[in-house]
Amino acid sequence: MSPDLLKLIFGRLGIDSLPLHEPILVGTFVMVALGGITLFAGVTYFRLWGYLWREWFTTVDHKRIGIMYMILGIVMLLRGFADALMMRAQQALAFGGSEGFLPAHHYDQVFTAHGVIMIFFVAMPLVTGLMNYVVPLQIGARDVSFPFLNNFSFWMTVGGAVLVMASLFIGEFARTGWLAYPPLSNIGYSPDVGVDYYIWALQVAGVGTTLSGINLICTIVKLRCPGMTMMRMPVFTWTSLCTNILIVASFPVLTVVLALLSLDRYVGTNFFTNDFGGSPMMYVNLIWIWGHPEVYILVLPAFGIFSEVTSTFSGKRLFGYTSMVYATVVITILSYLVWLHHFFTMGSGASVNSFFGITTMIISIPTGAKMFNWLFTMYRGRIRFELPMMWTIAFMLTFVLGGMTGVLLAVPPADFVLHNSLFLIAHFHNVIIGGVVFGAFAGINYWFPKAFGFKLDPFWGKLSFWFWVTGFYLAFMPLYVLGLMGVTRRLRVFDDPSLQIWFVIAAIGAGLVFLGILSMLMQFAVSFLKREQLEDVTGDPWDARTLEWATSSPPPDYNFAFTPVVHDNDAWWDMKRRGYQRPLTGFKPIHMPSSTGTGIILAGFATAMGFGLIWYIWWLAAASFIAMLVVGIGHTFNYHRDFDIPADDVIRTEDARTKLLAGAK
Amino acid sequence: MSRLKILALLPLAVALSGCNYVVLAPAGDIAAQQRDLVIISTVLMLLIVVPVMALTVLFAWRYRQSNTEARYEPEWDHSTSLELVIWSAPLLIIVCLGALTWMGTHLLDPYRTLGRIHADRAVDQSKAPLEVDVVALDWKWLFIYPDYGIATVNDLAAPVDRPINFRITASSVMNSFYIPALAGQIYAMPGMETKLHAVVNHAGTYKGFSANYSGAGFSGMHFNFQGLDDKGFDAWIASAKSAGGSLGRAEYLQLEKPSQNEPVRRYGTIDSDLYRLILNMCVETGKMCQSEMMAIDAKGGRGHEGLNNTLPLAYDKYARRGTALGPEPTFVAGTCTPEAPQGKTTASITAPIDTTPLLGAGLKRPTFTPLKASSFFLGQRPKSDS
Amino acid sequence: MTVAVNPSQTGEPVFYLADEHPHPEGYSTSLGFWIYLMSDCLIFAILFATFGVLGANYAAGPAPKDLFDLDLVAVNTSMLLLSSITYGFAMLTMQQNKIAQTQMWLAITGLFGLAFIGIELTEFAHMIHEGATPQRSAFLSAFFTLVGTHGLHVSCGLIWLVTLMVQVGKFGLIEANRRRLMCLSMFWHFLDVVWIGVFTFVYLLGVLR
Repeated sequence: MSPDLLKLIFGRLGIDSLPLHEPILVGTFVMVALGGITLFAGVTYFRLWGYLWREWFTTVDHKRIGIMYMILGIVMLLRGFADALMMRAQQALAFGGSEGFLPAHHYDQVFTAHGVIMIFFVAMPLVTGLMNYVVPLQIGARDVSFPFLNNFSFWMTVGGAVLVMASLFIGEFARTGWLAYPPLSNIGYSPDVGVDYYIWALQVAGVGTTLSGINLICTIVKLRCPGMTMMRMPVFTWTSLCTNILIVASFPVLTVVLALLSLDRYVGTNFFTNDFGGSPMMYVNLIWIWGHPEVYILVLPAFGIFSEVTSTFSGKRLFGYTSMVYATVVITILSYLVWLHHFFTMGSGASVNSFFGITTMIISIPTGAKMFNWLFTMYRGRIRFELPMMWTIAFMLTFVLGGMTGVLLAVPPADFVLHNSLFLIAHFHNVIIGGVVFGAFAGINYWFPKAFGFKLDPFWGKLSFWFWVTGFYLAFMPLYVLGLMGVTRRLRVFDDPSLQIWFVIAAIGAGLVFLGILSMLMQFAVSFLKREQLEDVTGDPWDARTLEWATSSPPPDYNFAFTPVVHDNDAWWDMKRRGYQRPLTGFKPIHMPSSTGTGIILAGFATAMGFGLIWYIWWLAAASFIAMLVVGIGHTFNYHRDFDIPADDVIRTEDARTKLLAGAK
Repeated sequence: MSRLKILALLPLAVALSGCNYVVLAPAGDIAAQQRDLVIISTVLMLLIVVPVMALTVLFAWRYRQSNTEARYEPEWDHSTSLELVIWSAPLLIIVCLGALTWMGTHLLDPYRTLGRIHADRAVDQSKAPLEVDVVALDWKWLFIYPDYGIATVNDLAAPVDRPINFRITASSVMNSFYIPALAGQIYAMPGMETKLHAVVNHAGTYKGFSANYSGAGFSGMHFNFQGLDDKGFDAWIASAKSAGGSLGRAEYLQLEKPSQNEPVRRYGTIDSDLYRLILNMCVETGKMCQSEMMAIDAKGGRGHEGLNNTLPLAYDKYARRGTALGPEPTFVAGTCTPEAPQGKTTASITAPIDTTPLLGAGLKRPTFTPLKASSFFLGQRPKSDS
Repeated sequence: MTVAVNPSQTGEPVFYLADEHPHPEGYSTSLGFWIYLMSDCLIFAILFATFGVLGANYAAGPAPKDLFDLDLVAVNTSMLLLSSITYGFAMLTMQQNKIAQTQMWLAITGLFGLAFIGIELTEFAHMIHEGATPQRSAFLSAFFTLVGTHGLHVSCGLIWLVTLMVQVGKFGLIEANRRRLMCLSMFWHFLDVVWIGVFTFVYLLGVLR
């Protein structure tokens, strides 16, 4: 075939785009391919495709979508953590003239991919998954406001993840750092597909995130059950509300800034170029106007989880509910006024720098108040050290350290000596692992019995906990030390041999964290095998306080046979205390949304369009775009998106539960 | 303050002696003051962090389920006085820290000239500060000494106790100029000029590098910074002068091309206009300087005739390339005037001459400058020239 | 739906609704659409900010006063404003359940929208033909992107409008279609408001500068 025709069909994709010369990547590919084939064969053998499609891929049930988000987050955690291990190993080895085992071309992709994956495809799905699963249950709703949109959002997130994973074996990922600052990320200095993968992965996933933000805000505002005023909402619902407001108010900024960067890269406009009046500094400002709220998008739900867990396992009402809520709201607002602290060293004037430094410090006041609230929730409680509570204590001890170094970095002159150093790396891992990841794990251990009807195995859970916590400290305390020695981030090779010991310790720490992850996978497997021993039929294994524990575990499709009515903050606690009797008769048909395959199809086309744009396969991009339009419009011609669960089905489900509960007593 | 400092340093010093904590033990006065701020802020925050951590452990232990002797009050969830304490304690700390930040940020503004060269020595007015122009290239550093007419690659030296005025720019992508022993870092950006004022107090050789990832050769983008006594510095200058080589526009365009792990190079003579041309991104012949472009733009552009003053891009550091869907890359051609208007560079802030330490009494307080919309948003003083 | 529950009246606290009515279809739609519009508004806000920062960087090229034809823009603005008015008529007739008239007003709105897009494309084509391309300067990049994004929104609105006309024709003014017309109405007026910003800050202030 003529080269012109090949170019028309494949764009810039060719056989040389496959990284066949990089043994690490080929090895990974073989492993992933084998795993994939096994999975595919297994699903085919057990004839599960129909089941998966009907019950999971096309579902609009917020609970199943939540679980799928969690699975996505955990799968991507494995990928992102593999990158972390490679970085730690490279930095531990590349001393004394050794080049380590990663060439710059590969290493620079690894640290970029690590950051992007961990934030967008691990932390975000874990947080969104928990919110999706728990929020409707906590407010006594049957589903989210826009169930179809929820399914679509999830598949868009998956689409972004697919693009990032594709970059591993087809072409390459960005070599720019996780925020892709221009001019480096502009076409002149990054002409390859890496940055395009970055842009389209985030754009596709970003659409999903924004829509899911809108969806959850509406759910919380409109679908609360009777009696649940704003000031009676569980704290997790409150932090979810604030997080989703932050999502809606910040992700459009990311969308625009990436769109402008793609215009620069595809048609040669001059937003962020050096010549023709462009301003790369504007990119840095804009991306951090999204980027800083993003940090709070991740950590606020974690704060909510810790609030629920502390109060449940201390057997006590949450101390200072009102101040907790106001602290959350204040953090939400302030998170928009601090973005410049990410680049004090750009040379803004002292007044600008100190303004942003001081606003940053002010955030630590509500955060500190929250910390005290948890503390005084424990005070005069009866603390049960189950796994969620262990993660919470680890969080409280770890997060204050991270917060302290954070405030330190908010002092501009201190930032001048610590900016971009490994001290900074240690700081944000300290808050993101200590806050978000520990929070997600607390949440997983806390709500797992709700989702599946059996508790997680405590032995492997504790093993995972200790590996994670010691591994975290071993991995990141040396980075604080190295930062104070003036070692900067993203270096591939080192000269000074006295630094090596610290990198070796950090690598050992990363190894321990790896054991922690393995133990967690083991915990899931063991719990599944021992599910009958670990079974909980009451629906309330922790003697908990909020509404999600009022229904069965796992909850029926319709969540609650009758919509609950709330009289107190801790609604379920209040119901238990005042002798609530579960209704046994009078069931009626329940109106529910029907499943639809449109979401996954649309997201599939969006991903294909992204792939076409990345590789300059214009026909694919155009065809996918048109297909999206046609499918999207076609979907609006379907006016019958709901069905009724017949009363008989409800009776059957509820009677089964009645029997179970009787057996439990 | 010094007592605090010693207290804070003591455990660190004991536990970690033998390592080079350059950020905590720098050789320059600016870095030393920044170190002081790091320590004071840490101590201030420890005032609240330590009690919180201790209480966490204490409460977790005391109110464990098996300890049935501890009081259990499941309904206790509010206490106004406690709420007051938990909001005001962090607030008080932040008020102190905020005041310290405001002062420190103004006093240690890298654009501010030095008022002292050491905690107890004022600037010697009779000695002119050393001017150094810094250019971050892919992936090496170019240092131009305009007063001495020499330039070096990946080699920087300065006499002890003489203030140094750095003017910093970059040729292509963003870097950050950082010598931890000397002073905090500041970004080096193409078409922009940042400034740094610093002084080195102890002779020695220190590490300098780029602290902002800039591409494949980033790891090798470091240099040695030597603090020398006056005699040593003169000898260093003389050796550079005798090195021969000259750095003009053509040589610069060669040098600017990406290369990694560059050895030290010295140029005995330089084109005195070179730094201005680099800053204005018009080293290539025929390209319009940023200063001229901005002057034209400030007068409202060049109208329709401005549509015809672009030429196809012939020189590009990597290769001649454009975008997938856009037209061929071009550049704006310079006006045919014999001399482009001389640009002026960013202003410095002049510090009063005194030796008071950071927190000392009798310090002239920095004046409040209202935020300008442009600098607020761009995080930058106006472009190099205007 | 929100039932006032007062436990003290009955003595026994009520913990669930024995007799509930599901939320009507589209119960959250208008709130959701409002939030979507605000996120879209943020997109425009960032594009305005970008234009504000880069709008005077002509790169020794042409400035707004050299390029903009205010007469044409005024005609264009009136097209969009008129389309908003006619959309308002469509909504009024919709409330009176007059399908044919609603369809007619929607069609007129669409024609005005089409005229707006047509004039805008003519303006763009003229500028690009002159050499004032988006690549010429940061000012032109920001201009084309801001105005182009608005134009893209109007085009999406037109596709949506046609879809809704087909749906109204096929299914009549049923509840779902009324809700959709209401959403498109908000979208359309929102674009009008954004355009007033564009007209003021980009065109008028640009020519004054």
